[in-house]
Amino acid sequence: MPKTKPPATTMAATATEIGPPSTGGAGRVLLRMLADNKSLIGLIVLMAVVAAYSPNFLTVDNLLNILRQTSINAIIAMGMTFVILTAGIDLSVGSVLAFTGAVCASLVAADASLWVALPATLMLGAALGAANGVVVAIGGVQPFIATLVSMTVLRGATLVFTDGRPITTLSDPFWAIGGAYIQGIPVPVVIAAVAFGICWFVLGQMRFGRYVYAIGGNEQVTRLAGINVTAVKIAVFAVSGLMAALAGIILTARLESAQPTAGMAYELDAIAAVVLGGTSLMGGRGLIFGTLVGALIIGVLNNALNLMDVSSYYQMIAKGAVILLAVLVDSRGKSRA
Amino acid sequence: MTPPLLSLHGIGKTFGSVTVLRDVAFTARAGRVMALVGENGAGKSTLMKVVSGIHPPDPGGEIRLRGEVVRFTTPRQAMDAGIAIIHQELNLLPSLSVAENIFLGREPRTAIGRIDWSAMKVRAADLLARLRQGHVAPGTPVEHLGVGTQQMVEIARALSLEAEVIVMDEPTDALTDVETRILFDVVDTLKAEGKAIIYISHRLNEIFALCDDVTVLRDGRMVHAGPVADLTEADLIRHMVGREISDQYPYVQSDAKPVMLEVSQLSARGVEDVTFTARAGEVVGFAGLMGAGRTELGRALYGANRLSGGTVRVDGAAIRLRSPCDGQRAGIAYVTEDRKADGLIQSHSIRFNMALGALGRLSTGPVVNRRRETTSVAEYMTMFSVKARDMEAAVSTLSGGNQQKVSLAKSLLTRPRIVILDEPTRGVDVGARRDIYTLINALKRQGLCVLLMSSDMPELLGLSDRILVLSRGRLTGSFDRGEATQERIMERAVA
Repeated sequence: MPKTKPPATTMAATATEIGPPSTGGAGRVLLRMLADNKSLIGLIVLMAVVAAYSPNFLTVDNLLNILRQTSINAIIAMGMTFVILTAGIDLSVGSVLAFTGAVCASLVAADASLWVALPATLMLGAALGAANGVVVAIGGVQPFIATLVSMTVLRGATLVFTDGRPITTLSDPFWAIGGAYIQGIPVPVVIAAVAFGICWFVLGQMRFGRYVYAIGGNEQVTRLAGINVTAVKIAVFAVSGLMAALAGIILTARLESAQPTAGMAYELDAIAAVVLGGTSLMGGRGLIFGTLVGALIIGVLNNALNLMDVSSYYQMIAKGAVILLAVLVDSRGKSRA
Repeated sequence: MTPPLLSLHGIGKTFGSVTVLRDVAFTARAGRVMALVGENGAGKSTLMKVVSGIHPPDPGGEIRLRGEVVRFTTPRQAMDAGIAIIHQELNLLPSLSVAENIFLGREPRTAIGRIDWSAMKVRAADLLARLRQGHVAPGTPVEHLGVGTQQMVEIARALSLEAEVIVMDEPTDALTDVETRILFDVVDTLKAEGKAIIYISHRLNEIFALCDDVTVLRDGRMVHAGPVADLTEADLIRHMVGREISDQYPYVQSDAKPVMLEVSQLSARGVEDVTFTARAGEVVGFAGLMGAGRTELGRALYGANRLSGGTVRVDGAAIRLRSPCDGQRAGIAYVTEDRKADGLIQSHSIRFNMALGALGRLSTGPVVNRRRETTSVAEYMTMFSVKARDMEAAVSTLSGGNQQKVSLAKSLLTRPRIVILDEPTRGVDVGARRDIYTLINALKRQGLCVLLMSSDMPELLGLSDRILVLSRGRLTGSFDRGEATQERIMERAVA
């Protein structure tokens, strides 16, 4: 491995705190990720424990299964990361997922071309998110309240739109988005991977990403630095809405129907993934990579509890306990640093 | 001479591999005021944190209080032993009352354990009267008080603790001249009561006016200790910086250049009907008492405060000023007086902060150009001689002077043509001050228009080509360099 010059090394060292590392060898980056990202260690330990107890865990089929099941939450959580980095929160993602899924299903059921239906659905999601952003950034409403309202309103709108009944879609190309494989890898996993790449780039390399971190760090300073904070905030919620719509498309395609109750409580899993990934709810600190790891921890945990035949009632309790443990370990580490 | 109340011997402090203090010793005596001086980063704050139990000293160091060796592991222990610190950044809860702040955590109780509000108010009023602040009602929320009075509340809290050693960290930085005089009287009273005062300040004239002894720190070592009377101002500066500072305010002459900024009948919150012009290559100073509207004017000119009337022209063209974005687009930069709240994102790195406003220029399309960013930030760090581990160091780890340099660099990276500097040397030591003055002159030579708002009168007189005086939001005076004197300015400032 060629030696990196000193400025580049120091750059990567703290870049892990506010943005992803952009320089340094792969091995070095991995080591640093382990050091800076306790959640990654947590994931590895969790996987090792589960593998020791359950021989069926470390099989290709099961791992792909976990990835597929995780992809929807991971996608929503990535959008959520943007919002939480600005010290906001988006409770409406589950309802956006349901509403956009229903709209997408009705378009597909009406034989609309996927080239129309998919972009239209994504744009709808972004628009709904942007509406949240407008209420927050221009209306001055707390993100918690603003998105609590849109969560309720959109759930109602979904029930009105679907008349409370599922909308079934019988379209093979549409189904493929949720059920097919590319080179043996489930399509949702591929989509989630691409989404991760884009989010990583936007947050770590683009000006917009810097502004997201800056607003979470200190909104007043950011505004005084001549940055259009209102626009960035609206955009951040639009990203969250867009990602929720993407997850809505995948879920609808996979189930071959849009359920009016789809996505209930998904916001909680998404927030848990973000927090498990080490992103501060106070904003300004966190990495999209952490969110991915957080989503995987939740996915592995769900899978493991199933493999171990734990009753679904106890699963919720176990999940809550693990999340609390992880966050406690993480916050202790931080306060000592 | 009275026996030592607090004495330190062989105090060292290292953080990781960085040594901040080395073998420091000093003695504070009852009934005397000891000045602790040194440049930013000399270790004054760390030393006071050792004294107040926030940081334990390295093994080998010894703190004696009334002759007994003490070891504090928490600030509370130091407080209980009678050491109180009044920090540079006041630690008051803004929405609570004066009395509640004074007795926070030690509220007087009635027999059944309820807070005894009336006793609390009476005792608070007593303490305030001792500090000649009898006009302050103990029930007033602290946020309604001026900074000077807030400081008195902090001192009252120290008195309520029966503190015998009182440390004041840059107490006059935010004070007006009148408030400063009251503070000095209070310090004299405390001295007469037999307290030992440790007084940290960058203002040398205060040290000579107020202090009995002086301890000078440089690069974490004690370089001088002794009575103030034995020193001249030049001696003191030499001890602090290790070199002579011949000319404190290096003024440079510049040729008349075209008018760059025209402000007419500008009104905004705290600013009424202000009209003036400023030329390229000119430093226009703004004098005024606290609350005269200098900060408000600066913020309005940058678009940070809404204008309620008037026009602003840059190079003859009227500009829109509805947000800081507009100000920046018009080539205006504003360096805030409140670095902590408005200037820098404390938790983020030097690089992140410096580049923040200039990312448009440092990007290729929407993507940040890391190389260009690193080059620019490195260049400004060298130019401003920012002392830091590297550009990834969090701003919160820097000393006040270095933070100010980062804040200045952040604004200049946007390549402004008009720079508004609001109290650029507040909380900044002699050496770094000098760097900032040199920089102001460099900006002037480059043909920038500099608006300098400062409470430091010698600084304003030393650097400005013209001084405008504000009083209660209005322009009340204008003096050219030759005709401005402290007296004339003060006369207009109170008008």
